[in-house]
Amino acid sequence: MADSILKVKDLKKYFPVRGGFFSKPVAWVKAVDGVTFEMEQGEVLGLVGESGCGKTTLVNVLLNLEEPTSGEVYFDGLDLFDMDKKSLRKIRKNLQIVFQDPFWSLNPRLLVRDIVGEPIKVHANCSREQLVKKVGDLLEMVGLPRSGVFKYPHEFSGGERQRIAIARALALSPKLVVLDEPTSSIDVLSQAQILELLKNLKQSLGLTYILISHDLSVVNYMADRIAVMYLGKMVEYGPADDVFDRTAHPYTKALFAAIPTLDTEGIDSIATIEGSVPSAINPPSGCRFHTRCPMAKEICRQREPVMVDLGGGHRAACHFIGKDAKGAC
Amino acid sequence: MTKSPGIINSIKPRIREIRLSLYLLGRNRLTRLSLGVVILLVLTALVAPFIVPYPEHIEAETNPVDKLLPPSGKYFFGTDELGRDIFSRVIYGTRISLQTALIAVGLALLIGIPLGAIAGATGGMVDEVIMRITDIFLSFPPLLLAIAIAAFLGPSLENAMLAIAVSWWPWYTRLIRGQAVSIRERQFVKAAKAIGTPPARIIFGHIVPNCIAPVIVQASMDIGGVILTIASLSFLGLGAQPPTPEWGLMVSTSRNYFLNAWWYSIFPGLAIFVTVLVFNLLGDGLREILDPKTRKI
Amino acid sequence: MGEYFKIKDLRVGFKTFEGHKNVLDIDTMVLNKGETFGIVGESGAGKTVLALTILRLLSSPPAVIESGSILFNGEDLLQKPESEMRKIRGRHISMIFQDPMSTLNPVFTVGEQIIRVFRNNKRISRKEAEKEALGMIEMVKLPDAKNIMGKYPHELSGGQRQRIVIAIALSCGAEFLIADEPTRNLDVTIQAGILKLIAELQRELGVTVLFIANNLGLVSAICKRVAILNAGRIVETGSVREVLKDPRHPYTLTLLNAIPRNKGERVNRVNTTIKEERDRDLRGCRYYSRCVEKREVCRDSEPVPGLILGTHWVACHRAFEGGEPGGGQHTEG
Repeated sequence: MADSILKVKDLKKYFPVRGGFFSKPVAWVKAVDGVTFEMEQGEVLGLVGESGCGKTTLVNVLLNLEEPTSGEVYFDGLDLFDMDKKSLRKIRKNLQIVFQDPFWSLNPRLLVRDIVGEPIKVHANCSREQLVKKVGDLLEMVGLPRSGVFKYPHEFSGGERQRIAIARALALSPKLVVLDEPTSSIDVLSQAQILELLKNLKQSLGLTYILISHDLSVVNYMADRIAVMYLGKMVEYGPADDVFDRTAHPYTKALFAAIPTLDTEGIDSIATIEGSVPSAINPPSGCRFHTRCPMAKEICRQREPVMVDLGGGHRAACHFIGKDAKGAC
Repeated sequence: MTKSPGIINSIKPRIREIRLSLYLLGRNRLTRLSLGVVILLVLTALVAPFIVPYPEHIEAETNPVDKLLPPSGKYFFGTDELGRDIFSRVIYGTRISLQTALIAVGLALLIGIPLGAIAGATGGMVDEVIMRITDIFLSFPPLLLAIAIAAFLGPSLENAMLAIAVSWWPWYTRLIRGQAVSIRERQFVKAAKAIGTPPARIIFGHIVPNCIAPVIVQASMDIGGVILTIASLSFLGLGAQPPTPEWGLMVSTSRNYFLNAWWYSIFPGLAIFVTVLVFNLLGDGLREILDPKTRKI
Repeated sequence: MGEYFKIKDLRVGFKTFEGHKNVLDIDTMVLNKGETFGIVGESGAGKTVLALTILRLLSSPPAVIESGSILFNGEDLLQKPESEMRKIRGRHISMIFQDPMSTLNPVFTVGEQIIRVFRNNKRISRKEAEKEALGMIEMVKLPDAKNIMGKYPHELSGGQRQRIVIAIALSCGAEFLIADEPTRNLDVTIQAGILKLIAELQRELGVTVLFIANNLGLVSAICKRVAILNAGRIVETGSVREVLKDPRHPYTLTLLNAIPRNKGERVNRVNTTIKEERDRDLRGCRYYSRCVEKREVCRDSEPVPGLILGTHWVACHRAFEGGEPGGGQHTEG
């Protein structure tokens, strides 16, 4: 398809665990273990999962901050891992990221002018006056006053800092922006404002987002398509409405049930999943979720489920998807 | 409208920062005091030749008639064995001590900071090589190393400065490297990498400015230590040579007359003591204001 | 019987280089024994300052407690000497901080840390302390407690760490627990577990909990009563049901609208006005510059809290206009 802006094929990233006398790898952390998906221009993909599920590693690989173990990534039709440094630098312009924590992602010793202006300085020649004007424009675009150009990050609140990080990501008019938990460390009010801003920017600038979050309600608000990850694997993938209305995987269901909403009456109506995410060094056999899954059976321990197509691009990997419908009556 | 406000505005935040720093410095009484004394010392050093009562006593001129006189209205700190005014010489000595200490520390910083930053930010083989060299230097006691180098280069104030710089830089390298290793993992460095910022710019534009604070603190404390080391070297005859009015040298010469002319050793010694103390106190105060936790007022 | 915990006319300010700034201005706040009380507000509203003021852990300078009293079991905490405060902290009032990683000491195993707390507070042998520590870890529902005892903080997950912090906070028999955004930066699934734990402990041990959050959704799940804090002032308070069903202060509405909704209601009305610091200096309402329904009177006179119904109080001029408040649902912004 011509419209596909990002295509990820069977991407794997293993980290060696070194030990022994010659620091040979004794085990592998399978942080990302065979992820495949595709994105169209102007789409928002919500990537959901608990910490330790490999979301951040996936992003690092996509942004070329880490080498993949195997797999292919095509950005705008170009193979990202088969490219010389020069073209890579050009591609960087089109591929930007907004990090999770606005307190650590902005250099505290630099003026906003130099933080937001850095990508411009790196990729284009530009006089001081032009830079100030451009950074001012960018700040206005993200809803901050122009006077912010000559301030330091610590003079801004968490939400405002995240706006600065967004301005920096947009400085080179990228095509794809990765939002790595953009609102998980700011309060609800700023979160709502940031999400609103991101939505508007997407419309006016024709951006494509990968939105990473552990909070399904945030993803729900923005995403066209949702991918749920667990321990390096994708367990459910499909159009947002489908995933919400016809949630197939027990893990996705659990994620939904965990969110306290205003309709929650009392603590008992919130569901929890027992235990925590197992280690990715020796992931559980069969279905990786079987250690915490409420409906796990013997088969889950033994065989790894394959992605089942549920129609309309909605896929999920669980042994009970087909049977659930049949075995219900 | 583009030009002038831009320039004015770009100066403003710096001024605000400086004002804030001064405010924070002034909050602690001891720091305020030490800052005052340091400013006084610097001023003294600048105008020393013009304010001393006997400028001719600074260098070679002798005055045997008034030799080894106790402190009096004429000679505040008394006189030495050649009849020179100790007050004039101690005042002028401020200039020598501060100047040499600043240059020596500056040189050490100039070597130490880039090496440490490169080692910490790059890691791997580069880090290993730089840090093992640093370890070799660190395995000698700094004073002993300085003595050895000064002895090798020959006794003079300039060589003493060099000797100190050479024996001092590894401390800064280690300090900066430790900081740089943790800063390297910060998200803003990752953000800069994601933008495509070249490595040199990441090291000197992002990493160094963020690990400089503890080094400034250390350096300001070290100025005291370096003054002491220069005095020690001069005391041993490896630093300043007579008739330079260097405090350590003066203490050294005064040894022979200590029993009947206490003022000869006490006043230069006191000058060393006060200077070292206030620089240490200032360093402590700086540590407080450069600590981001206390800064977040 | 008198109140269990009562804050009266508390004013706390910060002395900074830009001058004096009021950060907390609370007329009254009462907690009953054994209840879970929620404090909600965005960052910078003074929630953490309130928690630290109660424990007298505010660093001064820059903070100055100007006036007021905090009555705990009939005694004023603000009048106590430091030596007595030290006995109160941990044994009577405990706090769970936002970031469990920086609360725990990275060089000791978590078991060791709990044992130390026991041995510092009670005269018991190490053996007994170990047994008690094991009990505490079991109490916070961590499986395989023996194994957890020997682990270092960095070997635990965020949720496990926060459970250990809760265990430490309760290990000296504290009856009053301040939880300062205990689930911030935790995954949603882990957050649900921590919330449940706090609710269960509250029920089992009968502790009183002051639950600080920025999300009304969290508070509605765990608390019975709530106070909304804006720029250091309580703007609305009442039972969770009263406040959520019939929010009267525009700020409460804004907070409600900020919560992303599930299915169907995909569009939220968001108040996009950015918070302005200078609101604190106004004589009137501290929500003035952001308020969508501000009136002339709001700028010049501070709204006094007025009773709506039952225990529901609101400090807003608009709420009492023309006697009949325009009780709208929270769909309008």
